[in-house]
Amino acid sequence: MSEELKCIHCGNSCGKSPVVFEENPFCCSGCSTVYQILNTNQLKQYYQIEPMQGIRIEDEKKPANETYAFLDLEKFKSKILIFSEGGFSKVSFFIPEIHCASCIWLLENLHRLNQGVIQSVVNFPKKEINITFRENEISLRKLVELLVSIHYIPEISQHSIDKPSTDQSDKKLFIKIGIAAFSFMNAMIYHFPQYLPGHEFLEPDIRRMFGWLSVALAIPALTYSASDYFLTAYKSLKKGIISIDLPIALGLITLFTQSLVEIISGKGIGYIDSLTGLVFFLLIGRWYQGKTYQALSFERDYKTYFPLAVTQITETGNQTIALEDLKAGDRILVRNQEIVPADSILMSESTSIDYSFVTGESMPVTKTAGDFVFAGGRQIGNAIELTIEKEVQQSYLTQLWNQAENPYSANDKLNTIINHVSQSFTIVIVFIAISTGIFWYFNKPEIALFAFTSVLIIACPCALALTVPFTFGSTMRQFGRRGFYLKNTAVIEHLYKVDAVVFDKTGTITNAKLSDIHFIGKELNPEELLMIKSLVFHSSHPLSKTIFNFIEGEKLLEVSDFQEIPSLGISGKINGMKLNIGSKYFVSGDKKESENLKTEVWVYLNDSVAGYFQLENEYRHGLGELIQKLRKTHELHLLTGDNDAEKTNLLHIFGSEKNLHFNQTPTDKLNYIRNLQKRGKKVLMIGDGLNDAGALNESNVGIVVADNVFNFSPACDAILQSDKFASLDKFLRFTHRSRRVVYAGFLISLIYNLVGLSFAVQGILTPIVAAILMPISSISVVVFASFSVSLSAKVFKF
Amino acid sequence: MSVVFVLVFVAIIMAGAFLIAFIWSVKNGQYEDTYTPSVRMLFDDPPLKEPVSEDQSAKGKTSKEDIASEKRNPKPETNNS
Repeated sequence: MSEELKCIHCGNSCGKSPVVFEENPFCCSGCSTVYQILNTNQLKQYYQIEPMQGIRIEDEKKPANETYAFLDLEKFKSKILIFSEGGFSKVSFFIPEIHCASCIWLLENLHRLNQGVIQSVVNFPKKEINITFRENEISLRKLVELLVSIHYIPEISQHSIDKPSTDQSDKKLFIKIGIAAFSFMNAMIYHFPQYLPGHEFLEPDIRRMFGWLSVALAIPALTYSASDYFLTAYKSLKKGIISIDLPIALGLITLFTQSLVEIISGKGIGYIDSLTGLVFFLLIGRWYQGKTYQALSFERDYKTYFPLAVTQITETGNQTIALEDLKAGDRILVRNQEIVPADSILMSESTSIDYSFVTGESMPVTKTAGDFVFAGGRQIGNAIELTIEKEVQQSYLTQLWNQAENPYSANDKLNTIINHVSQSFTIVIVFIAISTGIFWYFNKPEIALFAFTSVLIIACPCALALTVPFTFGSTMRQFGRRGFYLKNTAVIEHLYKVDAVVFDKTGTITNAKLSDIHFIGKELNPEELLMIKSLVFHSSHPLSKTIFNFIEGEKLLEVSDFQEIPSLGISGKINGMKLNIGSKYFVSGDKKESENLKTEVWVYLNDSVAGYFQLENEYRHGLGELIQKLRKTHELHLLTGDNDAEKTNLLHIFGSEKNLHFNQTPTDKLNYIRNLQKRGKKVLMIGDGLNDAGALNESNVGIVVADNVFNFSPACDAILQSDKFASLDKFLRFTHRSRRVVYAGFLISLIYNLVGLSFAVQGILTPIVAAILMPISSISVVVFASFSVSLSAKVFKF
Repeated sequence: MSVVFVLVFVAIIMAGAFLIAFIWSVKNGQYEDTYTPSVRMLFDDPPLKEPVSEDQSAKGKTSKEDIASEKRNPKPETNNS
């Protein structure tokens, strides 16, 4: 086939047997269903705004009919709805799938799909939709199901309900900046005439008015806009720490009192323009540093992963209950694709549970009646019955999470570079100020106090305080553009201190999906391969899909007597010949576990066992080179929950056996990190799933590797897009460059300070010197920091 | 020179008005999403269909009205929980 048909909904390849509707090809029935819904509601414009941007959901991943039954319960409804009165309700959902203009268009036209929706507004950067609707026409559950029917699945979890709004602090900062800017600009107007030649001819009345007006402007800037600096300076001083905020607060207060004295005495107009300018620049720095990725979440815990409600089996029938009301001994029903919410015992005959996210194991685990089932697994196949053993809070996974309270985050702020510098800086400045004052007291007593305050004013370390926000803020943006998202700028400082890197295996250094396949056994002819392909086509097991994609071939053969035996395999007849595909026991009757620890799929055809497919994880592209480069600068470790089947391969990559550890439980991983830290190592942990959650939390920097950064990932400091994995060493090296930029920025601001001090110690600091020197130093540091970071990012090519 | 006094006060009142407008716009949530409106304004109105039946033309009308009201008030407050 020369040209490949692409699904007009999602743009994926339609494969060999497209679903056709109205002469349009679709890759699967799910996509065509969405098309039909949009078609009947005249919403086909969806496909014109941006073609082939629809969302594909594989059939087996689709939520079951009853999944959203809990939304009918008053308890959840009142929590989820933002507002509900007089039949009108408002709700806001996070939908990770929102990604293009078509999404915005369709979601904002929800009212054309259902009359009950009054208005829907999308917030694209946050990937959020706010819907106003009439509850008597469409219930909350129906609304969610409507979104699901067009494949926009909202994320509804404990975490999204409890989420505190961060908007308020953002808004406050904006207002503070606005007020500071207002004061700054106006104060400049009042001060400017005084800097011009001939200002001595200015009428005293006007001079006095300008003075008092600028004092009036300084008051809101000082008490409202700059209030945080005084507060933090006071708080850290109480703890006995000299932070950068202390000299700032000191400088601001001296500036204000000195200006007030000059204006009251009528000697001059003071330094109000410099004061308000300082506040304005400082706040801009704070805003630049504080900008975060709105749609990403770094704080998620198991609560996000777990469902809100479960189906309880009672004598009177099934009922939906809240997860927190679940008690030991309760019997529950878990459907296809639902999460096992608590440690429990399996009552149904058998099932397979996908623990890939919890343990990192890529293949579903088979459980039979009476087996203990850990919380966190995803059920695959028909609904199962479970009896709860432990409540959610006592479950293994939850416990692990709770014991891993991050120990270093509480005091990590103390070690930042800026506070190191500011400690010595403050001491030196206070020393210079006092000695200047003493010197002039004995030589020219009338200017002693003025010289003393001048030193404090000019030394106000605005430029110093702006260096770090702008350098690290730009670094964070450069990283973000390249698929490496940091939680905040403090992470950068921890990144360059790292000297040990710990990798998780499955999903981190390997692709999450098995993709390296060999067939071991007798040679298969094309016809036999086609028969295998035809049979596995009928099964939705992940292994069947992998094999289906592995075998080439176009026309599928007809299969009769197809049977799927859960957790064992599949069988069927093609052209009268019987085929069995599945586990070794199922196919050959041999109970003995194979020596080989790799995943195997056995095949029986032509009345004999033909052999087996061996599936292996494929290592991420560029892993070898990455390890080679990192090994020179960092100590490398590997922790994996898997067995040592891959040992030889890993040995080849890592070079030494010493730091490879297999069969590690999540708790082992956590303790391993602790031990490394006890040896004085600064540890970077790279993982992907809940099994690494404890270790990620415990390490100095925890990075999560994710295929889709908007999907669930455990709490961490940074999220790395999986296709950028090979560039990790470059990101690490770049943080060292950022550090050098910070030092250079410090140097620049110190030079400005020296120039200013040379005026101050002589007692000749005039308002005009302050008004020129202080903004220039701030602006030049800001320009230097942002430009040198973006320039070196360009030169660095990563 | 007394005109300077008048001018200064006019200037500060004007600047103050802009400051108040800025604070209002922040509180109103206009800075929460600075991307979506730029996409939204490029969407065409739904093409007008020939009135096939009563039902459909009524449907078309409501949706037009909704879009019009959306344009008047592009950002409803989101923080009144």
